[in-house]
Amino acid sequence: MTMPMMKPKRKNPILRTRQMNLPPWARGRVALGMTAAAAEGRFELQVCEDCNHVQYPPREACHHCLSPSLQWRAQSGEGQLLATTTLHHSNDLFFRERLPWRMGLIQLDAGPSVLVHLHGEVGDAPARVKVGARLDRAGQAVLIGFPEHGSEHMADDRMLREMTSDPKFRKVLVTDGKTAVGQALVHALVKAGADIVWVGHAEPWKKMPGLDDITKHPQVTLVPLDLTNGRSVSELAGEIGGKVDIVINNAEVHRSFGIAARRGTDVAKAEMDINYFGLLRLAQEFGGALKGRSADGATHAVAWVNLLSIYALSNFPAHGTFSASKAAALSLSQCLRAEMRPAGIRVINVFPGPIDDEWNQNMPPPKLAPSAVASAIVKALKDGVEDVYPGDVAQEWLERWRDNPKVLERELAAGG
Amino acid sequence: MTQATNNSLLATVAQALASRRIRVVDLTQTLTPDFPQIALPPEMGQCWPFRLEEVSNYDERGPGWYWNNFSCGEHTGTHFDAPIHWISGRNLPNNAVDTIPVQDFVASAFVIDCSEQVKADPDYLLTVEDIERFEEKHGRITAGSWVLMRTDWSKRNDPVAYQNFDETGQHTPGPSSEAVQFLVEQRQVLGFGSEAIGTDAGQGYHLRPPYPCHYFMHGAGKYGLQCLTNLDLLPPTGAILICPPLKIQKGSGSPLRVLALVEEQA
Repeated sequence: MTMPMMKPKRKNPILRTRQMNLPPWARGRVALGMTAAAAEGRFELQVCEDCNHVQYPPREACHHCLSPSLQWRAQSGEGQLLATTTLHHSNDLFFRERLPWRMGLIQLDAGPSVLVHLHGEVGDAPARVKVGARLDRAGQAVLIGFPEHGSEHMADDRMLREMTSDPKFRKVLVTDGKTAVGQALVHALVKAGADIVWVGHAEPWKKMPGLDDITKHPQVTLVPLDLTNGRSVSELAGEIGGKVDIVINNAEVHRSFGIAARRGTDVAKAEMDINYFGLLRLAQEFGGALKGRSADGATHAVAWVNLLSIYALSNFPAHGTFSASKAAALSLSQCLRAEMRPAGIRVINVFPGPIDDEWNQNMPPPKLAPSAVASAIVKALKDGVEDVYPGDVAQEWLERWRDNPKVLERELAAGG
Repeated sequence: MTQATNNSLLATVAQALASRRIRVVDLTQTLTPDFPQIALPPEMGQCWPFRLEEVSNYDERGPGWYWNNFSCGEHTGTHFDAPIHWISGRNLPNNAVDTIPVQDFVASAFVIDCSEQVKADPDYLLTVEDIERFEEKHGRITAGSWVLMRTDWSKRNDPVAYQNFDETGQHTPGPSSEAVQFLVEQRQVLGFGSEAIGTDAGQGYHLRPPYPCHYFMHGAGKYGLQCLTNLDLLPPTGAILICPPLKIQKGSGSPLRVLALVEEQA
């Protein structure tokens, strides 16, 4: 049983705010394959295409038959715990600050034995366990030994919380409360136990429905925030930047035009101004504050979420300028991820397919319900993943894009 | 050209300005990112709000100087509407801000106080009777003058109250269709000025024709001023407005500084 986490006491303001020391982060090119899978929530190991032997640690050639044909394949992770040990000393700063730390040796049913961080609910060896891959605070894949059947509060495990970005007891900024997705996010975050949810409210004279419903929650406060206005972003950062643990940037402009369907550049500029420059303004003002608090107690600053679009991967000509703005945002988000990594702040990119809102009114189903996007974002925070493709359309496009981006480009040019 | 001697008209004005017998009143709202812009349905083209981006501030981007880039629409903040702004004025000669005769940028103003009516009804429309009642008291509106509708709407500092939207749209005062036609046809005014976001009322789209002030004024080569402030500091008659818009080639309007010269009672 994991004891439910209690709300931490307020921090003592006369003590120095602790700074982040990352866990060991160096990985070879081959080992990054495990990180790539963990970034999407999968546990993958290399499997030899010639003799089917499963490999660990990652390598260039099969340890059994020396074949170089190794492919990353999803693993069930089931196995037998052989031994456990608890570290009471470490020269590595990350672990030194988090002692004691429990580890285990597990024989996977698939073959290899692996060294893992152990969840608190896993007892002594021998025991049946399930291995999963998670990203650690350095953003690299590590293996974790989970109990076969977890209890209700297993997410509150101290070790596991180091790998995830759980909104429970955290203070969250949602940049746009006027959209259906923004409002669904606020409800989902409150349900997930967020301590405070600040909700951006641009152009307050435009009264959108639903705002009264979100402000009914005592945790929720509307704040003036207009991502097109640098001064508005910097004023809000000055006010609450030092308290925000999670930034969720869901503000977007979405119009359905290609190049010829709309004269001029004003619509494309409006899309870029929010979808790309808005992210840039937000990151310049809030990024530093988040980094400075990434080891600040049990509810330290932890994550940054960008609502992108599956069209960021490949242009959907019917929504051509929107696609381009999301591609720009994706590129900038990769830069943000690189700049946030030294502090251990996770940058999560969300790539939904068409959302069931007024700007996709003419799109045939399936369309993602705003509440489904919100659940996917909260789940991504809880699971500690980095890239999320919620819904069937996104999943299918992703598969086609991975299979052959050029083929997908041709298919999209023909209408999908 | 004759030199301005001590007893010339302009020398008298200069003395009156120096002695503050003529006061200069600023009728302009400050350009700030927080001031709302006109809002159209989202599928239409939009007027940019005022935005400011710092170029340098005595820092590594420019150690000895401070300056900004700004962006906005032609119809952002306190601004001037040229006849070319409206389809009814599209084919008139000299209908854009760069070709309007500059003499028109300095003219007298008649200020009709509707602040009491607007207090009771934010959708208040200026009527022909209001104009006639004004003229009974203050004299006939002269041709080539501005008519300004004082509503004290500019005292609504909160953008939400200033825009005053509900589910049926915006609720701000303006002139009735009949009043506009009266001012254009019977009084040959220079233009119409208001304190709200447009010269037409918030519900002006539902009048006949839609947006009558834009339609008739610009169709007759007249101008518009909106987002004015401090109209309560002007006398009903006798003020002179100085309001030259930016000289934008084929510009439909421009943000501008609107100044009024007001003579103190001796």
